[in-house]
Amino acid sequence: MSAAPIVAAALSPRRPRSVLPGFGLAMGFTLSYLSLLVLIPLAGLFIKTAGLGFDGLVHVLGSPRVLAALRLSFGGALIAAAINAVFGTLVAWTFVRYRFPGKRLFQAMVDLPFALPTAVAGIALTAIYSPNGWLGAPLAKLGIKAAYNPTGIVLAMTFIGLPFVVRTLEPVLEEAEKQLEEAAATLGATRWQTVTRIILPAVLPALLTGLALAFARAVGEYGSIIFIAGNIPNVSEIAPLLIMIRLEEFDYAGATAVASAMLVISFGLLLGINLLQAWRQRRGT
Amino acid sequence: MNINIRGISKRFGDFTALHGLDLDVASGELLALLGPSGSGKTTLLRAIAGLEPIDGGRILFGDTDATRLSVQERRVGFVFQHYALFKHMTVLDNVTFGLRMRPRAQRPRSAEIKRRGLKLLDLVQLGGLEGRYPTQLSGGQRQRVALARALAIEPRVLLLDEPFGALDAKVRKDLRRWLRQLHRDTGYTTIFVTHDQEEALELADRIVVMNRGRIEQIGSTDQVYDSPSTPFVFDFLGSPNVLPGEVRADGIYLLGATAPIEAPNGFQPGPVDVYARAADFRVVGEDAAAIEGQVVETQRTGVLVRLTVKLAANQQVVEIEIPHPDPEMKVWLPGDPIRLRPAHFSLYRDRPPQPANITEDRSADYAAPGSRVRGQ
Repeated sequence: MSAAPIVAAALSPRRPRSVLPGFGLAMGFTLSYLSLLVLIPLAGLFIKTAGLGFDGLVHVLGSPRVLAALRLSFGGALIAAAINAVFGTLVAWTFVRYRFPGKRLFQAMVDLPFALPTAVAGIALTAIYSPNGWLGAPLAKLGIKAAYNPTGIVLAMTFIGLPFVVRTLEPVLEEAEKQLEEAAATLGATRWQTVTRIILPAVLPALLTGLALAFARAVGEYGSIIFIAGNIPNVSEIAPLLIMIRLEEFDYAGATAVASAMLVISFGLLLGINLLQAWRQRRGT
Repeated sequence: MNINIRGISKRFGDFTALHGLDLDVASGELLALLGPSGSGKTTLLRAIAGLEPIDGGRILFGDTDATRLSVQERRVGFVFQHYALFKHMTVLDNVTFGLRMRPRAQRPRSAEIKRRGLKLLDLVQLGGLEGRYPTQLSGGQRQRVALARALAIEPRVLLLDEPFGALDAKVRKDLRRWLRQLHRDTGYTTIFVTHDQEEALELADRIVVMNRGRIEQIGSTDQVYDSPSTPFVFDFLGSPNVLPGEVRADGIYLLGATAPIEAPNGFQPGPVDVYARAADFRVVGEDAAAIEGQVVETQRTGVLVRLTVKLAANQQVVEIEIPHPDPEMKVWLPGDPIRLRPAHFSLYRDRPPQPANITEDRSADYAAPGSRVRGQ
């Protein structure tokens, strides 16, 4: 081969076209779309918050009521996500590994928290778990109060987070090669060793993703929680509700301050989970 | 360790995967289970490992009845086609997994475990890669890690399920030679499954040819290749030309020939199928026992030339391979008349019709008298 065609190409005024045309248009659209929907509103939130000034911000966020609400929202969401991580894994495992009558019905039921309007879920949960409800009454006799307190909030958060864990885990468990378990067995590993050393590490990335999604959903949840929460300031008042209350008091800067705090904390936690994932991936998982 | 299999059977619903097989594997032997997919070879291998529960029969490891032992207790080294390496562990952790999972009382100390793991990695020529993760290795390297992992538990028997099936041709060839060497060095009783006849012939001491859940033939590589006991075995170890022939009082005639190619050999008079491989044909001059035809196509394949010949007697098309150039320096061209006779062939009668339903059991029909005949 001579170098002639290469020289000709270099001299030609037009660059050779990419095999994937339309980059400029697609990128432009993506950026404008993301800006309009995500970046500009969020930036607006911070600008509005900045109106408070540093002292004002500290004053708003440092108030016991705001701190309690943030603690409740994030603490409750973490507990709910952790509960879902354990029991959602069990549910996903059961769906993938066993056949039983009514399996499809149960699988559809897992999706209900996705599809149900949150207010409907909230009313249903409240009706069942309130002290005179079907499950609330027996629980009350045992001394457990399952509604109108943080327990009720965690309950609602668990309810809406469940499908995230189950649905992210199912395909991964399905894909997890049965041969890995067989290989472990031929090497002498007991069932317990196989589960803890082989299966769990294999599905851990998916579990973390499901956990992050369930957590994010629980932090942002509003509709299904406020019915069962009781909404007592400092005790069972979640941060999104507090934002709502501040808005109704025309305290826009106070509302955006709480919102910004939620945004920053959520972002930080999700970033942490993603970094953990990336770290695991670098290790070849 | 000797492995003795007595009448094991396995059904999957309506499908019978194993029809009461008997098989004896000598200690230190390298045995191939060869057959098409669905022949039961992998099921048999998995049954020996205990990965597939069997419906009947017994499996003996030496004097131990392994039938009742769990997978963990059987201590078999199993290598899977797709490696089944633990992706979240380093190569060394993979190899030492079996040792690390032992109950505390039987577990060597961790320094000893590491030493043994590194030694095995040297054995499979992966020294220095112990810190890598499986995704950072090539296919051939992964399969060697899998092998080292299986060897680490000092298995009673090494079982390999299509070990080279997922690798490309070049790597496969290298690994075959290397596995043969490793077997010679370590002496583990080894059984491997393959559908590749070339692989079985090149690697194994003995070959078990399987078809539809039964064993068609067990023998050394020479035996199964030179004296296939059934048309199936002949067919599976290299595509044959099947010529119509006839057994008469004075010998075996090919269709259209006026002299016998072979003296009578116990076959009852009547039609017979003559199986001959492409390379078994010789080009002859005047020969009353030969068959006549016309060259239709020629194709050079390295040192051989492949001729497609249409037979004059029944318009059948046969493929033959002859050395190139042929001894008389003749260059064959389409249209040339040619006379052929098979130098080696096998005779079978009652060739079974190809069954339409795979679950239907027709393999009993193959039990036809077969004999390998060597011509002059």
